[in-house]
Amino acid sequence: MRYIEPHAHMVSRTTDDYVSIVTAGCQAVCEPAFWAGFDRSSSRGFYDYFRQLTQYEPQRAAKFGLAHYTWLCINPKESEDLVLADEVLSIIPEFIDSPNVLGIGEIGLNKNSRNELKVLEKHVNLAAERDQLILVHTPHLEDKLKGTRLIVDLIKSDSRIDPGKVIIDHVEEHTAAIALDAGFWAGITLYPESKCTPPRAIDIVENFGHEQIWMNSACDWGVSIPLAVPKTALEMRRRGHTEEFIDQLLYRNPARFMGQCPKFKLPLE
Amino acid sequence: MNREEITDLYFMDARSKLIDLAAFLDRLDRYEGADDYRMAAFRKTAAELMSQQPGRAARVLTAFSDPTEEPIVAAGEKGASGAWSGDKD
Ligand SMILES: [Zn+2]
Repeated sequence: MRYIEPHAHMVSRTTDDYVSIVTAGCQAVCEPAFWAGFDRSSSRGFYDYFRQLTQYEPQRAAKFGLAHYTWLCINPKESEDLVLADEVLSIIPEFIDSPNVLGIGEIGLNKNSRNELKVLEKHVNLAAERDQLILVHTPHLEDKLKGTRLIVDLIKSDSRIDPGKVIIDHVEEHTAAIALDAGFWAGITLYPESKCTPPRAIDIVENFGHEQIWMNSACDWGVSIPLAVPKTALEMRRRGHTEEFIDQLLYRNPARFMGQCPKFKLPLE
Repeated sequence: MNREEITDLYFMDARSKLIDLAAFLDRLDRYEGADDYRMAAFRKTAAELMSQQPGRAARVLTAFSDPTEEPIVAAGEKGASGAWSGDKD
């Protein structure tokens, strides 16, 4: 099989993980900027992180024949400090034209605070001004429903943004329709504990349609499974889905969304 | 696929999870203390398992969710606990 890993934090993963995902059929990996598990002490930490995402990590992936793409932002977990957020936002234009940058992400909300919303709005403005794709992180657990509604309302209110160029990631059964009904794409994250298991992810596709959905492992430094996407392909076969449908969901759908950025190219095409 | 095939695929897994839930509730009873807001939400939400209406997963997720609409004044902690406390912010 072939598939795309549309959301993975490879800077936190080992070389063995690269070998595993390539062996399983991964054709491209896409890495949104996110929280490191601790707060950076200054905007210089983000500057180096953006260098890692645009210069070092693509070379590391290339050693395994894998295309590596990235998204830039200051993540919502570090968006409470508005001064830091402005400094990081001012760095992004220096990196945005790098050949592997697909857009702005993963922006969004974490605890649904006023400052997080302000920083989200600034990112959306940057994406609109630079005609960038947007990848949105929705909050965890009890904060997800409220956060998804706030995010969707904010982005919908900006008439410059085409919802078809925005993916609302980490949807679950209670938030999928909020994203899809507004014309956005929806991402389903396959986590062993929080977010979705493969059987539930397949339920969501069966219930809400598959046209504007992708699945990802969102593997990072926490409890997560780099092979979650191909493992979900196994589960889809058990559920009677065809190879054609699996290819559409796990390869052609993410390719179609990210292909809206002209920099996105696949090795097989 | 039909209902029997879905049962074949998932019954053992669901059975195991149901026993785990029952054992978890027994385990809580063997230890000192009272339920907090998480277990209050858990016990209320568990009733969804007996519902006859489709959409149980979405309703369980919604029952654990913060139902308010206004952004909070400031983010203190970064993490989430899995249930809405109502007043912790
Ligand atoms: Zn992520």
